[in-house]
Amino acid sequence: MNVLRPAPAVDAAEPLPASERALTGFGRSPWRRYLMATAALLGAIVLATAVGPASIPLEATARIVLSRLPGVELADSLPALWRDIIWEVRLPRVLLAGLTGAVLAMAGATYQGVFRNPLADPYLIGVATGAALGATIVIVTDTPHSWHGLSVLPMAAFAGAIASVVVVYGVARVGTTLPTTTLILAGVAVASLSTAITTFLMLRSTTHTLSVFSVILGSFNTATWGEFVWALPYALPAAVVILAHGRVLNVLSLDEEQARLLGVDPEKTKLLLLGVASLATAAAVAVAGTIGFVGLIVPHAVRLLWGPDNRQLLPMSILFGATFLILADLVARTVDQPSEVPVGIITAVCGVPFFLYLLRRARVGSFW
Amino acid sequence: MSALTVDRGTAALDVRGLSVAYGARVALRDVSLSLPAGRLLGLVGPNGSGKTTLIRAVCGIVAPQAGEVRLDGADALRLSPRELALRAAVVPQNPQLPPAFTALELVLMGRTPHLRLLQTEGQADLRAARQAMLATDTWELAERPLGELSGGERQRLLVARALAQETPLLLLDEPTAHLDVGHQAATLGLMARLCRSEGKAVLAAVHDLTLAAQFCYRLVMLHQGRVVAEGSPGEVLTTERLRRVYGTSLHVLSHPVTGRPVLAPDGDAQ
Repeated sequence: MNVLRPAPAVDAAEPLPASERALTGFGRSPWRRYLMATAALLGAIVLATAVGPASIPLEATARIVLSRLPGVELADSLPALWRDIIWEVRLPRVLLAGLTGAVLAMAGATYQGVFRNPLADPYLIGVATGAALGATIVIVTDTPHSWHGLSVLPMAAFAGAIASVVVVYGVARVGTTLPTTTLILAGVAVASLSTAITTFLMLRSTTHTLSVFSVILGSFNTATWGEFVWALPYALPAAVVILAHGRVLNVLSLDEEQARLLGVDPEKTKLLLLGVASLATAAAVAVAGTIGFVGLIVPHAVRLLWGPDNRQLLPMSILFGATFLILADLVARTVDQPSEVPVGIITAVCGVPFFLYLLRRARVGSFW
Repeated sequence: MSALTVDRGTAALDVRGLSVAYGARVALRDVSLSLPAGRLLGLVGPNGSGKTTLIRAVCGIVAPQAGEVRLDGADALRLSPRELALRAAVVPQNPQLPPAFTALELVLMGRTPHLRLLQTEGQADLRAARQAMLATDTWELAERPLGELSGGERQRLLVARALAQETPLLLLDEPTAHLDVGHQAATLGLMARLCRSEGKAVLAAVHDLTLAAQFCYRLVMLHQGRVVAEGSPGEVLTTERLRRVYGTSLHVLSHPVTGRPVLAPDGDAQ
């Protein structure tokens, strides 16, 4: 027994020395980071609202936006057209792009955490292809685009996305558990099926090919306040639920067995987090189309820059996802005036090189 | 297969008639054992004898076909994962660890059952983690990412995580598998000390019979899913039984200080 080390003298009541706290980086609040990211987001909103084909001075833009506050009247002397452009065209578009970017990045980070798979993106279990199929059915059947004042296309896309997720869940469920591998495989299979049907419908009615294509590529050029307000009730509760589970998601990133041993019910947590993330993604896809790369790249970029702790990863992904998509949409509508480039092309062209740079810079093993 | 004479009401862990099957393959048949507080019980047996299955059934990872598991009197099969995690901490065998998390972050995850959903780790949690890491000789690894650590260092961190959970019962599945001789003895010695000074109950599946014999108050030997022997190390580890269970002939010597069994294979000295 002489190999035994003497028991280290640890007084549990003694507080940690400051040097050790600093050493481990604990208790250091990342508020500076959040402040910086929030400032970047606000800057992107102002910039994107001020820039467009009609040149409206920045100062006038600010006055028009501020005059919407009750009791503030600063925009009386400005042309009514300016007010309409800022308030009815640009601002809803910018905010919708921000909301979509935030939802996709948040859902991407959640999916990557729950699936413990760096390739997981918000479309992994069939949300995007389901939405595309729903929208395609409406387009090729010449269904009226408006019904009792509601726009039918986003509703159909939303229904398609939800139907697809429900089928994937139903297929993947084994008893009361939801094995991750089965879920991914079922997602890929259902996605292939919906893509096949979408392609078939598209080829059958060549006159609609362009409309279907624009849904699949995604765009904000028809953004209205209505769409923003419609998507918000899905995005906000999802964000609250997901942000509350940051620490639990860390535990889940070990593996499901260890999560259970540490007191987390992996099945309940998975179902809840994937459920709200899928719902929010379906809403985003319904109003914006299937914009790629945001959900995959933004969480990884945050992870590469600041580490894998989901308590920081999730809020930072939300802030950067919003900023990134607002700027990408700004480029999409200004780079090739008067026509627009699909925003999904911009997210790929601008986001991927930056992401590859981060990948090259990253230390081995810090990626996941 | 003598039944332990422990009052059922006070046993930290009480397993009765436990049977587990994976499909058609029966992994455990009618296993019973009892572990009082303040004791280190060794679980031994050849590969595939059911040691891991027994631990997994006790902590609710696999559902038994028959039998019951009681933790300090409470029916383990009815407890929620959180209630179970407050009573028993587990060191699993070769679990996946995310390489980018740091050692301290991993050990702090042991505090999960003590925290509410929106609560973050406070000073008390940090103290528990630090104490566990000092005891397992891992505190200097605190800020290193898991991906950079050796198998033995990770294994000691898993022990630290279980200690940080601050449970009355510890279940260890091969806690010494990747450790050098010094850390093997230190780990089991730490468990023995925790039993003595804090009244913890520890069930440890250990492959190294000599090591188990030096630190455990009793051994339970499993073979083909059944308990084939149970008692003090000297009673369980006999040449005849070892030949029958392990299919090899071993010399049972006596430890010069403790008198506990020390096993040596026949060998073939070149």
